[in-house]
Amino acid sequence: MRFSLLWTDYLVFALVIGVSLLIWRASKKQHMVRPWKKVSDSTVGVVSLTVLLSFVFIGVLDSTRIKYKPNLSNGEGGARTETLSVLDIVLTPIRTQVETTYSMPFAHTGYAKELLKDEQGVTQWVYPRLKYAGAHLASAVNEKPQDIITKAVEGVFLGFMCWLALVVLVLFFSKARSHKARSKAQKNMAYTLLIIFSLAGMVASLGPYYHVLGTDKVGEDVLYQAIKSIRTGLVIGTLTTLVMLPIAIALGLMAGFFRGWVDDVIQYLYTTLSSIPGVLLIAAAILMAQVYMANNPDLFTTVDDRGDMRLLLLCMILGLTSWTGLCRLLRAETLKIREMDYVMAARALGVGRMQILKRHVLPNVMHLVMITVVLDFSGLVLAEAVLSYINIGVDPSTYSWGNMINTSRLEMAREPIVWWPLAAAFIFMFALVLAANLFADVVRDAFDPRENN
Amino acid sequence: MINYILRRLLYVLPVLLGVNILTFVLFFVVNSPDDMARMQLGDKHVSQAAVNNWKQQRGYDLPLIWNQQQNGMLAIQKTIFFEKSVGLFFLDLGLSDNGRDIVADISQRMWPSLAIAIPSLIFGVLANITFALLLIFYRGSYLEFGGLFVCITLMSISGLFYIIAGQFLIGKLLALTPISGYAPGLEAFKFIILPVVIGVISGLGSGARWYRTLFLEEAAKDYVRTAKAKGLSELQVLFKHVLKNAMVPILTGIVVILPLLFMGSLITESFFGIPGLGSYTIDAISSQDFAIVRSMVFLGSFLYIIGLLLTDISYTLVDPRVRLN
Repeated sequence: MRFSLLWTDYLVFALVIGVSLLIWRASKKQHMVRPWKKVSDSTVGVVSLTVLLSFVFIGVLDSTRIKYKPNLSNGEGGARTETLSVLDIVLTPIRTQVETTYSMPFAHTGYAKELLKDEQGVTQWVYPRLKYAGAHLASAVNEKPQDIITKAVEGVFLGFMCWLALVVLVLFFSKARSHKARSKAQKNMAYTLLIIFSLAGMVASLGPYYHVLGTDKVGEDVLYQAIKSIRTGLVIGTLTTLVMLPIAIALGLMAGFFRGWVDDVIQYLYTTLSSIPGVLLIAAAILMAQVYMANNPDLFTTVDDRGDMRLLLLCMILGLTSWTGLCRLLRAETLKIREMDYVMAARALGVGRMQILKRHVLPNVMHLVMITVVLDFSGLVLAEAVLSYINIGVDPSTYSWGNMINTSRLEMAREPIVWWPLAAAFIFMFALVLAANLFADVVRDAFDPRENN
Repeated sequence: MINYILRRLLYVLPVLLGVNILTFVLFFVVNSPDDMARMQLGDKHVSQAAVNNWKQQRGYDLPLIWNQQQNGMLAIQKTIFFEKSVGLFFLDLGLSDNGRDIVADISQRMWPSLAIAIPSLIFGVLANITFALLLIFYRGSYLEFGGLFVCITLMSISGLFYIIAGQFLIGKLLALTPISGYAPGLEAFKFIILPVVIGVISGLGSGARWYRTLFLEEAAKDYVRTAKAKGLSELQVLFKHVLKNAMVPILTGIVVILPLLFMGSLITESFFGIPGLGSYTIDAISSQDFAIVRSMVFLGSFLYIIGLLLTDISYTLVDPRVRLN
């Protein structure tokens, strides 16, 4: 077993480590802790943060890629190694149980009738039984409802037990043993986790026996696709910010602090860039990237590599086109701060300009950065879907909600219609974006200095 | 005033030049015309003769910025930069990669885009203002809380879902309107309804929230308290004072997007099969017609800058405190 990470995987881990370091450093500073205290006092804030963290957990699992040799016990597979993420391995049952074509959620038969020969050799026009889903049932029609309910209840119970174990473990290691010592935030988080664990348990219990969200055109489990898409959404929402932040902060602070020709040049830069309609600029840049990739096929050998490169490019292009808004905000704020008494005092004492920027200006604009990062996240996840729809988003081979919606557009026009891939993409995307939006609202209220008086 | 407008127009020029250079770099320097030709001709083992032929037909066979074979001014004029980019300033967009006149295409496709965009804007603003006023009116009650939750829910749904769901529900199940398509003249009406309704609904969440913050800012001011203190009813205060004064940022916010209405909406138009500029752009992107994409990038930035200019002017018109210099 060996790790085999792609470019975005490294960046995801760098991001996770970086954010953890930032949190650790901030937790020692009183003025940084206070707004977060406010966030943790809000029920909505804690619940949405918990949901977001669960998504991040799945995303990180999906980014841990290892070279994996499938079981050789049956002699098949040979020496072929695959690169799989930890998530893939966890989801092995629903990943490998591929039917031949469409089937409804919880179905045990195909979605369209086929000509089949029964035992007597008579050819009939019937719904074919699925290869995997419901295959454990003898007479599927009678037993299925009972079986689904039993498995669901078992799953919820399993989830509950896991949750209980986790809670007991946490309580064992934490100092707050008594009921009163536990904060509202911890309780809110625990209850949200209970719901998430129950859902996960239910899916884990039903997954190996049914296609909970049906299968798509080539028989792949839709639930698996939707879960795999989480990583793409998260990567776009976070890596773009990573590209955009350094540019926006550096240029915004410089423009506001140095004034003069530096200000003129930077203002000219962002006016020019922001005057180009965003989608068109992205389209032009992606088009050019496509030309480059088509002409240099030897640089991207595997499908994964190509998809990953395109994802990274998309993040970079989105980042390079979206720094202007934050830059403008930071410039205006820096203009205000540089006239403050404490900056004057620092300058009178002979503190260098770089030191003033680092020590006095940067910490005082961090709330703007914080709010922008959180607010932009949901917008970027939504933008991915739209861009993938116009074919300037992620690679068609990459799992993403945008690609799922894109293909389901034709499926909605079929007769009878195939609605579940769209529904699956909707549910997952809605959960992530709603949680992000709610969290962004709470963060904005907590960090907005105007609300703090 | 005229002096001010002229000065602002002069400031537009360097920005447009910047846009022009940026598109030039993106389309001709990052990838050479050779790369584009190979991409368009499809095959990896395409012959150099075919590439040269493709380039010559479209005028891409010139040097990028300096033609050594020519003398004097011609050295600058007989180049891709001069022929393909400078022309954009005079709205001479040239021919598309498959040989159609881009200006003629745009002037024809502009009208369906406007037919969708203008009603969407008007009804959208009306719906947003109404919803925001209701939120303000029921401030502090459960109705407001519910309304805000509806807003954030509407915001969290991708625009694609509104279109797909709308087409399915209204177009297919209820069969009230055609699912997609367009017809010129008065016939267009029945094709326009659905995109406009969906446009209004999908913008309602963020729009109403934005207007609500504008109203709240206004409602916190002293003159509003005075108006309430002297005994005006809540409704009177809302309409006569809060709404009237908040119209300034609302209207100037609308002015900035007015010119961009010409560009149409990429997604809406391509979903509903409306032959406007949005679907024109999408088609160009998917068929990799670089000439059209380049023209649209330039046109879009041009219109955006015009919008900014109009905003500045309208500020000076509605708010006498803003000085022109």
